[in-house]
Amino acid sequence: MSLIAITEVRKRFGDNEVLKGINLDVAAGEVIAIIGKSGSGKSTLLRCINGLETIDEGTILVAGAQLAPDELHLRALRLKVGMIFQSFNLFPHLTAGRNVMLSPMVVKKVPAKEAQAEAQARLEQVGLGHKFDAYPDELSGGQQQRVAIARALAMKPLALLCDEITSALDPELVNEVLQVVGKLAAEGMTLLMVTHEMRFAREVCDRVVFMHQGRVHEIGPPEEVFGAPKTLELQQFLGIA
Amino acid sequence: MSPFTTWDIVRNLLFAAQWTVILSLVAFIGGGVVGLLMLFARTSKRVAARRLAILYIELFQGTPLLMQLFLFFFGLSLIGFNVPPWLAAGLALTLWTAAFLAEIWRGCVEAIPRGQWEASSSLAMSYFEQMRYVVLPQALRIAVPPTVGFSVQVVKATALTSIIGFVELSKASTMITNATFQPFVVYGFAALMYFALCWPLSKSSQLLERKLNVAHRNH
Ligand SMILES: Nc1ncnc2c1ncn2[C@@H]1O[C@H](COP(=O)(O)OP(=O)(O)OP(=O)(O)O)[C@@H](O)[C@H]1O
Ligand SMILES: [Mg+2]
Repeated sequence: MSLIAITEVRKRFGDNEVLKGINLDVAAGEVIAIIGKSGSGKSTLLRCINGLETIDEGTILVAGAQLAPDELHLRALRLKVGMIFQSFNLFPHLTAGRNVMLSPMVVKKVPAKEAQAEAQARLEQVGLGHKFDAYPDELSGGQQQRVAIARALAMKPLALLCDEITSALDPELVNEVLQVVGKLAAEGMTLLMVTHEMRFAREVCDRVVFMHQGRVHEIGPPEEVFGAPKTLELQQFLGIA
Repeated sequence: MSPFTTWDIVRNLLFAAQWTVILSLVAFIGGGVVGLLMLFARTSKRVAARRLAILYIELFQGTPLLMQLFLFFFGLSLIGFNVPPWLAAGLALTLWTAAFLAEIWRGCVEAIPRGQWEASSSLAMSYFEQMRYVVLPQALRIAVPPTVGFSVQVVKATALTSIIGFVELSKASTMITNATFQPFVVYGFAALMYFALCWPLSKSSQLLERKLNVAHRNH
């Protein structure tokens, strides 16, 4: 059975139908890249999966937790799937360590000692064990994004959603974040990521989803999607038509 | 020659000024508590709570404080509750203060970037948890100067309660003037006392604002 099951999902902003019947099943441990033009609905799809947007039709299930607009369902869903944003969104009034500790303590009622040990471990996992007491504005963009990953991991999610998490970074900082993501993928984390890093997608992902005008236009293993794109739109997007 | 010395006047005014201070504190603390509740309602996802808070805020901001005092004092006695002036004054000022503080604080909450809400949402925090641990600690910092600044308005607003017979600094001034026939001396001293209460507040509001602007990254 799939870990994430997206069935006939439709989403409108006013008259603008942004998702036009999305179907996508993601198995546990699978790494999926979502590519597509600006405005094709990639971010909206990710945001729907953890309930930052409501959906108008269809269903989204993550390990049995269904997307529904009430707090109880949302909480259950968000405990299963974490999200990492393009703009890091660290809490600026808390140290890196406190950023990671906060949600386990508040939401899961983990005792402070335990949460601290967990935060330390997660920071070490992203190579920032020595930055526990640093505030976000004392960290580089790449470091901030790695803290954000550690923060998401501390909630022990079954899957992570990543929305262009390297797009706001200076080029020389992109790799340190991609390395962390690559390591997570190798360790079996289920990943759904919107990315413009085609090389990374080709190397790391099990499947690539090409979105076009609110639909999954083409989907397949990276060799097929990148090597033998079937549709004209994908060929144009990849710049080979 | 009046039988009252200047010291008599000052002494009586100082005594009355205590009530101005107490009423200001009651209004400010009570208004802070009610204002915080209104802030939660005003920024909540529930439409009914939001509407209620908007109604409350617009009602109290959109009518003169004087009318509110009258309504609490005379209105409540009309429906059978005989409220003493101090209670009517305390209640009206508390609710009036709350309406303004809620609006001031809402502005501060809305100044917190949307990403903070989204990140905390995605970490499964509830609305109250987000407010308590993520949004309010950040909003508090920008809220301090305007909040302290507004406390000056509260102090000055207590003068209105003299209308319903609460004896604070203004009411006492009128009473002492009636006895001494020295309005200039009496009101002069009263004004000085108001100034002594308000000036440190507005000055510290300015200082805080400047300090927060300079120390952009204070933790
Ligand atoms: N909150 C919103 N309100 C109204 N329209 C929105 C909202 N969010 C997104 N849209 C619209 O939905 C469409 C898809 O947006 P989305 O952000 O999902 O695209 P995207 O594929 O992530 O693009 P990009 O590559 O630029 O990030 C766009 O036309 C956008 O204008
Ligand atoms: Mg996007």
